[in-house]
Amino acid sequence: MAFTLKVNGETHTVDVEPDTPLLWVLRDEIGLKGTKYGCGIAACGACTVHMDGAAERTCVLPVEAAEGYEITTIEGLASGGQLHPVQEEWIRNQVPQCGYCQSGMIMAVAALLAENPNPTDQDINDTITNVCRCGTYQRVRDSIHELSDA
Amino acid sequence: MASIGKITRRTLLATGALVGGGLVVGLSMSPNRLKLGSDSVLKEGELQLNTWVKISPDNKVTAIIPHSEMGQGSNTALAMMLAEEMDADWDLVDFEYAPALPEYANTGLGKGYLMGDVGIPAFARPLVDFTFLQIAQAMDLQITGGSTAIAFTGEHGMRRAGASARDMMVRAAAARWNVDPSEIAVANSVVSHGSRSATFGELSTEAAKLDPPQSPPLKDRSQFKLIGTSQPRRDIPPKVDGTAMFGIDIELPGMVYAAIKQSPVFGGTVASIEEGSIAGMPGVIRVVNLGDAVAVVADKYWRAKTALDALDVAFDAGANANVTTASIFASYTDELAVNEGSAHVEEGDAKAVIADAAEVITSEYQVPFLAHSCMEPMNCTAVVKNGKVDIWTGAQNPLAARTFAANAIGVDPDNVTVHNQLLGGGFGRRSRDDFIPQAVRIAQDVGMPVKLVWSREEDTQHDFYRPAVSNQFKAVLGDDGMPIAWSNHYINVGQDEPADAPNIQYGIENQSIRSVGMEQPIPLGPWRSVGHTQHSFFNESFIDELAHAAGKDPYEYRRTLLAGAPRHRKVLETAAEKAGWGTPLPPGRARGIAIEQSFGSIVAQVAEVSLSEGGDVKVHNVTIAVDVGTAVNPQAVESQMQSGVIYGLTAALYGNITIDGGRVEQTNFDDYEMIHLAEAPEMRVHIVNSGDTTGGAGEPGTPPIGPAVANALFVLSGERIKSLPIKQYDLRPRNTNQQLSQAFGQAAE
Ligand code: FES
Ligand code: FES
Repeated sequence: MAFTLKVNGETHTVDVEPDTPLLWVLRDEIGLKGTKYGCGIAACGACTVHMDGAAERTCVLPVEAAEGYEITTIEGLASGGQLHPVQEEWIRNQVPQCGYCQSGMIMAVAALLAENPNPTDQDINDTITNVCRCGTYQRVRDSIHELSDA
Repeated sequence: MASIGKITRRTLLATGALVGGGLVVGLSMSPNRLKLGSDSVLKEGELQLNTWVKISPDNKVTAIIPHSEMGQGSNTALAMMLAEEMDADWDLVDFEYAPALPEYANTGLGKGYLMGDVGIPAFARPLVDFTFLQIAQAMDLQITGGSTAIAFTGEHGMRRAGASARDMMVRAAAARWNVDPSEIAVANSVVSHGSRSATFGELSTEAAKLDPPQSPPLKDRSQFKLIGTSQPRRDIPPKVDGTAMFGIDIELPGMVYAAIKQSPVFGGTVASIEEGSIAGMPGVIRVVNLGDAVAVVADKYWRAKTALDALDVAFDAGANANVTTASIFASYTDELAVNEGSAHVEEGDAKAVIADAAEVITSEYQVPFLAHSCMEPMNCTAVVKNGKVDIWTGAQNPLAARTFAANAIGVDPDNVTVHNQLLGGGFGRRSRDDFIPQAVRIAQDVGMPVKLVWSREEDTQHDFYRPAVSNQFKAVLGDDGMPIAWSNHYINVGQDEPADAPNIQYGIENQSIRSVGMEQPIPLGPWRSVGHTQHSFFNESFIDELAHAAGKDPYEYRRTLLAGAPRHRKVLETAAEKAGWGTPLPPGRARGIAIEQSFGSIVAQVAEVSLSEGGDVKVHNVTIAVDVGTAVNPQAVESQMQSGVIYGLTAALYGNITIDGGRVEQTNFDDYEMIHLAEAPEMRVHIVNSGDTTGGAGEPGTPPIGPAVANALFVLSGERIKSLPIKQYDLRPRNTNQQLSQAFGQAAE
């Protein structure tokens, strides 16, 4: 079946089964490999993208439910050749280790800060539930505070 | 990770060669190559140590790194070590990853083994015949593991390569200007004499005609300008914008996808496959029976996975159908009762002291199987064509990966090319390349490029696990409460690596540390810090028991026992002091301490823990003191320490792979729990630069956290954690009116 998706400002038409998770459509149909597979059960956040600005886990999201949204992946987070502030901070504070979880982590953090520019530790705990097996959590938390308004 | 362009295997063997108009300096120690001079501990011809640096005419310096990048950042540190000795401009230095060729064998591992600094990890054993260990065999290793990158490749390779290249530049300039080399200065990739100067790049062609020095002098630590400064890791920018390429991201023209289901029971085989059950499903190309696994190949990954899930397949369980975690632990207990084991350490006469003692303190500990759970599930892309094999994967040991791929279909390893990619976590798992032969066999079967991707469920259920093991302790205290005899009788299931893992650094006169070798049917592999994970939990919990039995402060007790180990003592003191050991804490909190030496580094940790009335355990903060000898890139050492703590804490709190019916019961992150940001403690790292022999940083942060937390929980609950994970316990705060034997380092009550 054909579906029309708007990803990083471009329109793509894909021909897949309606229950195909958006994750695999992004990776294997559209060729955006920055969004990662970690668990397939919405338990790790490696597959996080923005849909109309909100963080969504795409490994359990059927493509048919993704039509009509503005989808942004890690590849589309920078704009006008300028890294997003979260990406810049991630480099400054040397957050990534292996890096595999970081696309999802960055997307989750960017969505949090867009919604709540000055999150408390409790807000961070409640919202950033991505798994990082390299254990970058300390720097993730420090960087979120660094990026906060206050 | 690019392959290394035009440098061929042949030119790599030349030392000080002219390549593409620039200089390539290669270091090796075989007789007909550059020798490293009198400080070498090895005889001629014993060992090749291959490290390579390219200096191109545009003044760029490129270090060629024989290790995989899996997040530890050691490759930036290695390039820093090279740049330091060269006096190169750090901004003009970069690195490339070495291809999987024997010239890049990580002989540091072999050398470390011979020097007794580090054991060759068990995962290297399939490659090395230890019945007649010769260093020549260890040369077949190209491993990132055992925390060897900095300690060996860096110290023995990069620094010397840098010093050699610098020396050649100086002599080239001296010849050009007809001056004495001693009058020449080098800074920031520029060689100068008075008003004259030339860049490395400008001198590279002339330098390439010179013989490399036999014994380039190395800098004294006091001369370091770059080493010891925190530098940004070069691998990070592509990891924030989605451009970093991991194995799972490879895409080839005409590529198809495979999903796999392996026999759930270890050692089982495919009994039957009803291909009709997926007839007509979209995109399916073929069902491949691998004997112990079945793969479905389709034009898209999701179609392959969907069809695999629908496929009617039956497995024969085989010999392990009745194996359970309980049956494995019971076999250990039975064996410990009848088998004295073999001596690992025998000092004094612990047996006699224990036999004569009026009071003997005994204890038993155990740890479970653990999965690695790399964030990136196992995967490999393979092409088999005209007897040649190409694979794309993230391997900790690309040379072994080449052999595994070759053996899978019976071709010569020379016909296999490994395109190593970034690793989405390694932790030891990606040194065991079971998924590689699978991909190669599937690719041969379908005759197309195939990307095999394991599901998380397969990844959890078909790991090479940290072994479940147990032990029995006995100890006797002297009149002053300090131990005079220490006996550790432990199970070793073939993973007794590194060799120093069961050892204690404490000055105890009579020690009997004996291992009882056993077989068990679960596949095992190296897991971040290998044997130190269990032995640190055993030893650091039991020494804590002894301190409490003696009515002494567990920190002071350890400190006293480390009188003969000043490096350890300093690290312990640093952790205790920075953690405010002994200062008051909020009610309901306590501190626990532990120390472990591993991979040449010493780490002590103090965990501040609370236990709620409802039994919730929370680790609030962890103070970490680490002595890696010299921290080349301190910010990277800090992040490795934090990483090690999270990895070890996840295991200590939650990690528990259990076996029933010969199969793993856990499947994914919902039933194999991970620490999230909310549970991550605040971690403060304090680097002690002793300047002693450089050790690793990737693994040593992991071992102490489990016992540090368990020791704090003893203070809080009165219950001694003797079996991990901690979540098995129903702990409650002890009645604080009822005095624990002693509760040191804690809140005033
Ligand atoms: S892959 Fe989607 S949440 Fe883990
Ligand atoms: S950086 Fe490796 S999993 Fe997060």
